[in-house]
Amino acid sequence: MIRSVKLIQLLIAVIPAFTINAQDVNTLITKVKGNIDKVNDYEATARMITNVSFLKVPDADVKVYFKKPNKLKIKNEKGISFVPKGAVSINLNNILSGSKYTAIDAGTDEIGNTTVRVVKLLPEDDNADVVLSTVYIDEAALVIRRAKTTTRANGSYELEMSYGKYAAFGLPDKIVFSFDTKDYKLPKGVTFDFDDGTQNNRSAADKAKSRNGKAEITFSSYLINKGVKEDVFK
Amino acid sequence: MWKLLQIELFKISKRPRTYIAFVAVAAIVFIFQFAFKADGQSYMDLMLQSVKDTFTFDRVQAINGYFMCYIILNTLLIQVPILIALIAADSISGEANMGTLRLLISKPISRTQIILVKFAAATIFTIFLLLWMAITALFLSLFIFGAGDMLVFRSKGDESQILLITRDDIMWRYSAAFAYATVALTVIAALSLLLSIFAENSIGPIIATVCIVIVCTIISNINVPIIDKNVKPYLFTSYLVGWKGFFYIGTDMDGKTIKGSLENWPAIRKSLLILIAHIFILITASVVVFKKKDILS
Repeated sequence: MIRSVKLIQLLIAVIPAFTINAQDVNTLITKVKGNIDKVNDYEATARMITNVSFLKVPDADVKVYFKKPNKLKIKNEKGISFVPKGAVSINLNNILSGSKYTAIDAGTDEIGNTTVRVVKLLPEDDNADVVLSTVYIDEAALVIRRAKTTTRANGSYELEMSYGKYAAFGLPDKIVFSFDTKDYKLPKGVTFDFDDGTQNNRSAADKAKSRNGKAEITFSSYLINKGVKEDVFK
Repeated sequence: MWKLLQIELFKISKRPRTYIAFVAVAAIVFIFQFAFKADGQSYMDLMLQSVKDTFTFDRVQAINGYFMCYIILNTLLIQVPILIALIAADSISGEANMGTLRLLISKPISRTQIILVKFAAATIFTIFLLLWMAITALFLSLFIFGAGDMLVFRSKGDESQILLITRDDIMWRYSAAFAYATVALTVIAALSLLLSIFAENSIGPIIATVCIVIVCTIISNINVPIIDKNVKPYLFTSYLVGWKGFFYIGTDMDGKTIKGSLENWPAIRKSLLILIAHIFILITASVVVFKKKDILS
């Protein structure tokens, strides 16, 4: 009997604490969204570095176009660029768009010297492609420093962002986008390749590592809320 | 020598079969260009089917003149040896067939000179054919499809790779690749010339050259370790596709391409030297055999 009373007392003490935390993270997310919502559209100039084991490409000067609610396009104006699909579909607006998720406070963590609040976002739609998103929010600057997303069909994605003069709009100066990728296989019999004698002596660990790709986008300038034509998203 | 070469070139230019090669090259190139203009994106989809869920890129830009030329050369340079054989295998056997060979050696010119001039004429024909390929496959493709960055799809060991070469780093690679192809196809000309010494009409050496090229190409493309190690290094056909080495761009430790670089220049140089050695051996053999040949026709 005494044990039951103590348990009830404990629950009475703890449940409000969880509720307050839940309210805190929702308020925090609302504030972060408020920053992001200031941006209706933007056109940014950036440099993209792609690091995928089977892709041998140079750094590319790209333009990044965004328009609300969630249109994003990365274009290489001067040539060809391989853009990870997830970089387009898994952006901050997509992660935080609508309120169709449950936010759970997962405590705090450190990114560099900054203490961040870790929030797990669980989609309410059971059939949504995104299974779980974890965002690391800088409470002082009200920006997301890191976002990890696990999807049903396309593996995991991670966005890591650093901010500068556009932090007030929630726009990063640099994004490092990590993603899962499959091995690239050429269809059999389509090439007669020159065998120059070099071999791939990759270990199993290297092969496993090669299934992770990385794209680094460093923004040099943004044109915010100046209007972006629909044509660029085609 | 120069007069003899002029005469040989005149003879080649007067043969209708000379122009078969040019027509065949043009026909193949035009068919490729038409097919890719109509539905090149399907080809791109096929090549990128294993990564199309992960990456997005501009497929229209990817099908440009540089890419087209690479695809055409990839196919053509396997068939072109046959076209070279049509002319080079006729060099001596054609004279024997027409009964002019005995007349030719009765002139005050050495048999060595005759072989060298015949070989030079076949080499010039090869150069003209490759120039024609450059005009149709490269420049015409650039006119039709425009210029742009070039994608190279490649198998390396058990891996596949996609290389991207920026448009300002491509033309010198094509110049080098065509120069390499000239040397590679000159080996075929030298082989045909040697075989033509043994025959009284040109059909035999043409068929023999084609058979040798086909058999050796098949063996060169069998991926069996014992053949890779013990047979392939000794087949000239293993080095015919060395021109592709100019499109295997060098990369840094992060996989970022380095403009103006080659992944493995020593391997290309070695292949080139092996091909030149083949030419030297085949021409020397031709001279030796022709000098000893009892000419009755």
